[in-house]
Amino acid sequence: MELSKTVNQSNTIITEKKYSPLKEFWKNWKRQKTALWASFFILLLIIIAVVGPYIAPYDPYKPDYNSMLQGPGSKHFAGTDEYGRDIFSRLLVGSRISLSVSFLSVFLGAIVGTILGLISGYFGGWLDRFIMRSSDVMFAFPDLLLAIAIVAILGPGLNNVVIAVSIFSVPSFARLVRGATLEAKETVFVEAAKSMGASHFRIMFQHILPETLGSLIVFISMRIGTAILAASSLSFLGLGASPETPDWGAMLSLGRDYLGTSSHVVMMPGIAIFLTVLAFNVVGDGLRDVLDPKTKNE
Amino acid sequence: MSNTLLKVSGLRKSFSIPDGMFGKKKLLKAVHDVSFLIPEGKTFSLVGESGCGKSTTGRLISRLIAPSEGEIWIDGEEISQRKESQLKAMRKKVQMIFQDPYASLNPRMKVRDIVGEPLAIHTKLSKAERNKQVSEILEVVGLSEYHAHRYAHEFSGGQRQRIGIARALIMKPKLIIADEPVSALDVSIQSQILNLLKDLQAEFQLTYLFISHDLSVVEHISDHIGVMYLGTIVESGPKEEIFSNPQHPYTKALLSSIPIPDPRLRRERIILQGDLPSPVNPPTGCRFHTRCPVAMDICKVMEPPVKKGPTADHFVACHLIES
Amino acid sequence: MEKLLQIEKLETEFTKDKQALKILHGVNFHINKGEVLGLVGESGSGKSLTSLSIMKLFKGTSGEISGGRIQFNDQDLTNISESDMRKIRGKQIAMIFQEPMTSLNPVMKIGEQLLEPIRLHLGLKEKQAKAHAVSILKKVGIPRAEEIINEFPHQLSGGMRQRIMIAMAISCNPQLLIADEPTTALDVTIQAQILDLMKQLQQKENMSVLLITHDLGVVAEMCDRVVVMYAGRVVEEADVFELFESPKHPYTKGLIGSVPKLGQKKEKLDSIKGNVPDPSNLPKGCKFAPRCNNVMPICYQEEPPDLKLENGRSCSCWLYKEERGDICV
Repeated sequence: MELSKTVNQSNTIITEKKYSPLKEFWKNWKRQKTALWASFFILLLIIIAVVGPYIAPYDPYKPDYNSMLQGPGSKHFAGTDEYGRDIFSRLLVGSRISLSVSFLSVFLGAIVGTILGLISGYFGGWLDRFIMRSSDVMFAFPDLLLAIAIVAILGPGLNNVVIAVSIFSVPSFARLVRGATLEAKETVFVEAAKSMGASHFRIMFQHILPETLGSLIVFISMRIGTAILAASSLSFLGLGASPETPDWGAMLSLGRDYLGTSSHVVMMPGIAIFLTVLAFNVVGDGLRDVLDPKTKNE
Repeated sequence: MSNTLLKVSGLRKSFSIPDGMFGKKKLLKAVHDVSFLIPEGKTFSLVGESGCGKSTTGRLISRLIAPSEGEIWIDGEEISQRKESQLKAMRKKVQMIFQDPYASLNPRMKVRDIVGEPLAIHTKLSKAERNKQVSEILEVVGLSEYHAHRYAHEFSGGQRQRIGIARALIMKPKLIIADEPVSALDVSIQSQILNLLKDLQAEFQLTYLFISHDLSVVEHISDHIGVMYLGTIVESGPKEEIFSNPQHPYTKALLSSIPIPDPRLRRERIILQGDLPSPVNPPTGCRFHTRCPVAMDICKVMEPPVKKGPTADHFVACHLIES
Repeated sequence: MEKLLQIEKLETEFTKDKQALKILHGVNFHINKGEVLGLVGESGSGKSLTSLSIMKLFKGTSGEISGGRIQFNDQDLTNISESDMRKIRGKQIAMIFQEPMTSLNPVMKIGEQLLEPIRLHLGLKEKQAKAHAVSILKKVGIPRAEEIINEFPHQLSGGMRQRIMIAMAISCNPQLLIADEPTTALDVTIQAQILDLMKQLQQKENMSVLLITHDLGVVAEMCDRVVVMYAGRVVEEADVFELFESPKHPYTKGLIGSVPKLGQKKEKLDSIKGNVPDPSNLPKGCKFAPRCNNVMPICYQEEPPDLKLENGRSCSCWLYKEERGDICV
């Protein structure tokens, strides 16, 4: 079928250009200059997370007692830590841990939260009250405290950090999706689907979920920043990665004792965390402008 | 005499709505004792002003909501109190067309998937078979296969309503409930859609329940008409009867209120005083008595029974009518 | 007859993504004193934008008049300052909108909103202003006027709100009342009340009214003369009786034919094929050509001129070029 103009029976000419949501997204995304740069930074981070171990100039685990606590210089780009390990190499290798912990925990939390939110908003009634009251209880704890409590029960370790961070993400996702579901439930096309005899499952996943996707994506990108911070904090408190792993939070924790004398040991992982969290937040803001029609300034 | 496809009797629906800040509940009687029937292949129109319960009646019959009381017989089956799981067969037979063609089509789905959705729900056809049927039905409503790969918002209002009609037709339904299907459209497009609906009815022997506030549109499309006021049908009968020999004072006022597009026919209108009373607190007796120009004492206290009008199929609920 | 408002070659455009999108392409018409002029068109015809251009109400949009004149009495509204315009708005030209709820402030009492223009334009003192407000409310048929001024808009029905809007509009005795789809959001029986009220007030005050509507029934009931718009242009202008009796432009013909009329025994309605064109993607030549039943080759080439016909009618269509050669500029 040619894509040039066609005249149909009702004698209409449709605009020749074919519409595609992805193209439309890219057109708007290109205009978000800051967010565009931030997304390039995140892309770079992801690449580093994949190839980090292969491009690291030094072995991140091997102590070198001849060059302990050296400041940034020509030999060690970001200096060395108390065991003489190259901080730059440790950051490169550690990016994989930080990113995978945060991605994994946010996605787990998002999946569980979204399903709970959909159920809660769609069915309403006692199910809704139960889910929402439970999440209220969780909201009553400060996020980190909750995570600490969970890790304290499960025991320290990166796996448990993932579980802890995802558990404390669940209520926020559930609440967000529930709100969007309540709104989408009232649309005429959902009513139309009901009148056709569509099942609850179909209505929830074919019609309502896509409506919530925009705000969901925005929230995920914001949440990843929070998750990196939370995971780092747990490691900093000694509840996450064991001290020898090059996790950014653990590195921060290790450098604590040398804050006065060799501040770079803390500064370097601190900057890495700061830039990454900032990048995710900026991308989230940009996505919100593009995807969330309510804040669109039209 | 053809078969009766839809029979509604004694239909009632109340909604409880919160009243004030302290959550006291009030009853909103949206539909109050509605009865009518539609023979197969005919068009019955419910006409009335906003809040008269015509849309609620449509939603009750399509079982989007459950009635508080009354019976709904569709094609010989009573469905008024069935559970959702027992309604699947009925949902194949009854399809809806909605007022707002912008809101009733999922903006994130392609036309092919929107129109093919009933097939996906009710049949086990493969995607290719579904798409083939979608292409066929799109031709029927005056669109083409070429449109199937686009999103609904790329179309104009009239084309979108065609998409909505295609979706309603694809299951080869018996009854189509059309809730104000042309009131959101431009005048020149409105007539295209009305003509299309008439053609489709002739081609597929469809039965229409047509819901509208626009008497001129209703006169054009219907065989029978029911005039609703505050949840009840005040007058019903064949189209010609209602328009040439209206009996109920409300029908008369409604007919005289329509502006006629002919300046030579400027006329004295019956202008009703006041506003529509709230259905939360409807007037006692005849619900129309507060605005009726010929109200009598009995109208304030006694609900008028439905009486036979001048001809066989004509029914009026008014104390003025002598039976 | 004396002209109150004369619009000449009015052009209005919006700017989006740094591109100007012209919506009105040289609109010409006039309103006489004491006359009801109907402005008819479908969505996208530019009829509402014409009224906003007269009032220069583009707040919050990129709308801008880019050409032409709007002569009101002896002033050209296109080049007077915003502060001068403010003196005209509400005082000499008043407007009522389709949806009264959106044009009334929901958190202000009816009385306060009604008093605002009265104090501003008539310079009345508090007590006199209030008395004036109550008398205006009575004039528009509002019962318990003294109590209503202390109520909020949401406490009133749609018909009542539209009466309040009319009261606000006529409170300063404007010379021109612009009514943009004043009854479209109302039920028929309420519409009949409001139209009746508008007709009475217009005759009593000898106001000029510009009635913008898509409803040909309302036009036939209310108007003296009619201007038909399509795709940002005036396609036909005529006396209301002549327009309905012998429409000239194929669009007007189609429009009148596509409305179902009470008592008309027609199996099928006439209809205009195709869709209303998108203002950013208008066809070349006559904008109606792709939908026209009488289309000729020239229609796709060149836009038809505005042709003056008998009885002060005009029509922009190539069909009448032979009939009447002189082209109105």
